Amino acid sequence: MTQEVDTAPARSAHVAQRAALIGAALVLSLAVATFVGARYGLLLLIGLGFGIVLEGLRFGFAGPWRAMIVRREPGGVFAHLLAIGLVAVVAIPLIAFHGTELVGARAPVGFAMVGGAFVFGACMQIVMGCGSGTLVNAGSGNPVSLLALPFFAIGSFAGAFHLLWWTDLGILPVIAFEGMQGTVVTLLALAAVAGLLYFMGKPGSRSMPRRYVVAAVLLAALALANLVVAGQPWGVVYGLGLWGAKGAAAIGMDLSSSGFWSTTGNIERVQSSLLTDVTSLTNLGIIAGAFGVAVWRGGLSTTLPQLPARAWVATVIAGFLLGYSSRLAFGCNVGAFFSGISTGSLHGWAWFAAAFTGAYYGIRLRPVLGLEARR
Amino acid sequence: MMTRKITALLLITLMIFFVAWDLAASEPVNPFQAPPLLALGSGLAANGAHCAALPFR
Repeated sequence: MTQEVDTAPARSAHVAQRAALIGAALVLSLAVATFVGARYGLLLLIGLGFGIVLEGLRFGFAGPWRAMIVRREPGGVFAHLLAIGLVAVVAIPLIAFHGTELVGARAPVGFAMVGGAFVFGACMQIVMGCGSGTLVNAGSGNPVSLLALPFFAIGSFAGAFHLLWWTDLGILPVIAFEGMQGTVVTLLALAAVAGLLYFMGKPGSRSMPRRYVVAAVLLAALALANLVVAGQPWGVVYGLGLWGAKGAAAIGMDLSSSGFWSTTGNIERVQSSLLTDVTSLTNLGIIAGAFGVAVWRGGLSTTLPQLPARAWVATVIAGFLLGYSSRLAFGCNVGAFFSGISTGSLHGWAWFAAAFTGAYYGIRLRPVLGLEARR
Repeated sequence: MMTRKITALLLITLMIFFVAWDLAASEPVNPFQAPPLLALGSGLAANGAHCAALPFR
C-alpha cells in the first residue's frame, strides 16, 4: 500500500516528462514549419526521427564495425547493408526518373578521397562515433563525443576550405550506377559483401538481432523521406562545416580565399539561417532526438568516465580529423557510405573499403590513447 | 559524482544559444519564400548542399 502511494507520483512525473518531450518535439517542428517554412519543419522532424531510431535502438556504425573486426560478429554490418539496399531499391530509380528534382550523393573517387576515408575510419573508432554517432552520443551526454563535436565542425570547415587543393591531387570522373541496371548492380554488390562477411563471421554469431532489423527498416524509411523532402540524400558533414564557417565568418575570417566557401551557393548559406540548411536541420534533429530518448529512459544518470589527459587530447585531435577527413572523402559514414552507395555512387564503395581498413587501426589505437583498458 | 545530465544539458543549452545567435546574425527568414514541402514533384532543381557535392570552378 505504502509502495503504491510512493510510486504513483513518480509514475505521474514520468508520464508528464514523456508527454513534455513529445510536445516539445512537435512544437519545435511546428514552429520551424510556421516561421521558416514547411519543408524545414518536416526536415527537423525527420532529423528527430533519425536521432530517436539511432539512440532508441542503440544502433550506429562504429560499434557494429568494431564487432565485426574484433569479435567477427557481422550482424550490425548486415543491418547497414540491409538499410542501404532498401534505400537503393527506391532511390536509384527515383533519381533516374526525377533527375532534376532529386540528386544522389555522387562524388569522384580520388587519392585524397580514399585517404580521407581511411583516416575517418580510424578516427571514428578512436572516439567510437562516426558522423551521426558523434551527434547521437553527444546528445545523450557522452562527454567524449561532446568534446569531439566542436572540433568535428572546425575540421569539417577546414577540410572544405582546402578541398579543391586536395582534389587537384587527382580524381576520376564521377562514376554512378544508374537506373534499373544500377540498382541491380548495387544490390548484387551489397549481397556479395554480405556473403563475404558471413563467410568471415564467427559461426554462431552471424545472425542479425531483431532490433537491428527494425533500425535498418526505419533508417531506410527516414532516408527516403529525406530524399523526397530535401531533394538530396541524408548527410551530416556539410552541416557541421557550415556551423564552423559561420563561426569563422563571425570572428572576421575571410572566406573568399577558399575556392569552396567563396562559391555563390556557399556564400548564401553562410549568410542564411542554419534553419534553412538541410543537413543542419537534420543534425539538430539527431541531437535533440537522442537527447529526448536519453531523458525518456533515464539514461542521463550514468556517471562520467575518468579518462587520462591523453585521452582528451586524442579526442580533440580525432574530432578535428573526423571533420577534415570526411570533407576530403566526400562524406562520412552517412553521406558517403550510406547515401553514396544507396544512390549508386562508386565513391561510396571506395569509402567503405578504405574506412573499414582504417577502422582496424583505429581500434588498435584506442588502448594506446587511454580511451580503453589495454587488453 | 558528475553524470551525463550535466553534459547533455550543456550541449542542449549551447545548441539553443547557437541557433538563437545564428537567427539574430543571419538574413531574416521568410516562410513565404520557402520552397515547396516536397522536392519530389516540385519541378524545381535540387539546390541544397551535400558533403558529396564538389563545387564547380
